[in-house]
Amino acid sequence: VTAGATSATEPGARIAHPARRRPSWAWLGVVPFFLFAALFLLLPVAFLTIGSLQAGDGTLTIQNYVDLGTPQISRAFAASIEISLVTAVAGGILGFLLAYAVILGGLPRVLRTLLMTFSGVASNFAGVPLALAFIFTIGPLGLVTVFLFDVFGIDLRPSGGNFTLFSKLGLELVYLYFQFPLMVLIIAPAIDGLKKEWREASENLGATPRDYWRHVALPILLPSITGAVILLFGNAFGAQATAFQLTSGQIPIVPTVITAQISGDVLHNPGLGYAMAMGMVFVMAITITAYSLLQRRAERWLR
Amino acid sequence: MTGSAIGPRAPEALEALMTRPRRSRPRVGSALWWLVFVAGMLYFFLPLLATFEFSLRMRPFGQAYLITLSDARFYGTLLYSFLIALITIVVSLAIIVPTAYWVRFRMPRLRPIVEFVTLMPFVVPPVILAFGLIRSYSGNPIPLTSIRFGSDLLLIGAYVVLSFPYMYRAVDTGLRAIDSRTLTEAGQSMGAGYLRIIWSVILPNLRVSLLSGAFLTLAIVIGEYTIGSFLRPAGFGPYLSNLGQNRTYEPAAVSIISFALTWVAMGVIQILGRGTRVQLAGTR
Repeated sequence: VTAGATSATEPGARIAHPARRRPSWAWLGVVPFFLFAALFLLLPVAFLTIGSLQAGDGTLTIQNYVDLGTPQISRAFAASIEISLVTAVAGGILGFLLAYAVILGGLPRVLRTLLMTFSGVASNFAGVPLALAFIFTIGPLGLVTVFLFDVFGIDLRPSGGNFTLFSKLGLELVYLYFQFPLMVLIIAPAIDGLKKEWREASENLGATPRDYWRHVALPILLPSITGAVILLFGNAFGAQATAFQLTSGQIPIVPTVITAQISGDVLHNPGLGYAMAMGMVFVMAITITAYSLLQRRAERWLR
Repeated sequence: MTGSAIGPRAPEALEALMTRPRRSRPRVGSALWWLVFVAGMLYFFLPLLATFEFSLRMRPFGQAYLITLSDARFYGTLLYSFLIALITIVVSLAIIVPTAYWVRFRMPRLRPIVEFVTLMPFVVPPVILAFGLIRSYSGNPIPLTSIRFGSDLLLIGAYVVLSFPYMYRAVDTGLRAIDSRTLTEAGQSMGAGYLRIIWSVILPNLRVSLLSGAFLTLAIVIGEYTIGSFLRPAGFGPYLSNLGQNRTYEPAAVSIISFALTWVAMGVIQILGRGTRVQLAGTR
C-alpha cells in the first residue's frame, strides 16, 4: 500500500496511482524548504553572480573575470590551492594511519572509541579558538616554542629566522588540526568495511600481505581515500576564520583577498571580489561533485 | 592450504588458523601503530595543554578566569549566540523534518533536487554567503540590514541554511532507521492525517537524530565567527576574536571555556549518536 492511499473503498487500480486521482497539492509540503533556500542561499549567490558581471558604474562587463588573471589574484588562488592541497594530503595520510592503527593495528579497542570521540570534537574545533591555541603552542612565546628552545636549543621563534607561525607553513600546521580528525571520521567506515574474508581468501590463495594490499585492499579503499582527500581539500579551501585570526589577512589566501576587495579600504573593487567569490564557488562545486561521485563508487563495497 | 578444506562449518578452527601467524607478526607493527596513535594524540592535546597553561600564567593565580567570568560582555555575547542558536535549531527543524518526511513519502522524485540544495552550503563558503546576504538585503527593496532585528534575521537565516546539510542527513537517516513507512501506515489506518503523524509519531521517534543535529548546530553557531563578524558582530565568536587581538591572557581562558562548551556539545552527540557518521559542518 502506498502512503497516499487513504480509503479502502477506492478501486484497487487507483490506489496504485494515488497521485493521479486528483490534482495533487502535495508539492506544497516542500515549499517552505525551497522558499527558505531561495531567500537565504540562492538569491545571495545570484546577486553575487550579477555583481561579478558589473563594472563600478553598473554596466555589463566581463572585465572582473579577466582581472582574475592579474598576479595579485592568481597568487591568492595559488596560495589557497597550495595550502588546501598540502593539508589535505598530509592530513589524509595522518588520518588514515591513525584510523588504521585503532581499527586494524591491534591497539586496544578502547583507544578506538577515544580517537573517534576526539576526532568528532577536533574536526569541529576551528576558527578563532584554534588559531589562539596554536599561538599559545608554537607562537613566539608558545609552550612548545619555549620548551624546544630551553631544552634542545631549537629556535622556532620568529626572531630566530627559521620558523614563524604567521606564515603559510604555520597556517598549514593549524589547518592540520581539523583536517586529520576529519579524515579519521570519513575513512574509518571504509577501513571497517574491509572484510576479514577478503584477507583470508587472498591468504588462502597464497597472497603475501603486500599482494593483498596491492590487489585487494588498496583498490577497494582507493575511491574512499581519494574522495576523503578531496573533501579535506574543500574543507581547507573554504576556511576563513582561522586564517584571518592567525594572520590578520596578511597571508593573501582567497577568502581574505575577497574580504579586502569587497569591504576593505585599500583594495576596493567589489566587482572583482564577487568574481573571486564565483571562482571559489566554482572550485568548491568541482570538489563536492568529485567527492559525491567517488563516495557513490566507494559505497559499492560497504554493503 | 587447508583453509578451504575446513569449510564454513568450523569457523573456530579457521579462526585459530588465521590468527596464529598474524599474532606473531604484528607485534613489531603494533609498536609502530602505537607511535602513530601517540603522535596523533600529541597533536590533539598539545595545543589544548598550551592554551590551558597560558591561561594560568596570569598572576595572581586564576586571574584570567576571574576577569573573564566577571566580564559582562562575556555573558552578553554568549547569551546572544545561545539565543540565535536556539532559534536556528527550531527553524531548521521546522523546515527540515516535514521536508525530509514529505520527500520520502509523497515526492520521492524531488529527492535529488532537495539533496542538491542541502549540499549547497558546502559549495558556498560562509564568507561568500555573508557577502551575498549583505548585497541582497542591504538596499532596496528590502533594506533588512538597516532596520532593527534585520541583521539578526539575516544571521539566523544564514545559520539555518548552514545547518541544512547535516540536519537533513540526520533526519533522513533517522527516518530510514525507524521504519517510518510502517509507522505512517499504522497512523493512517487509525485515521490520522500527515501533520498529526509527523507531530505525534515521527517526531518522538526521531528524538535521537534531532538532538544530535541540534547539538551540532549549537556547537557551530556559538563559536561562529565569519558570518557573524560581517552581519552582526554581537556573538561569542567575534567577542573572542576581538579579545584575542587586544588582550594577552584572557583569550586563553575564554578559549578553554569555549573548548569545554564544544566538548560538552560533541560529547552529547557522541552519546546520542553512538555511531561514526561524519559531521562536516561549520565555518573554519
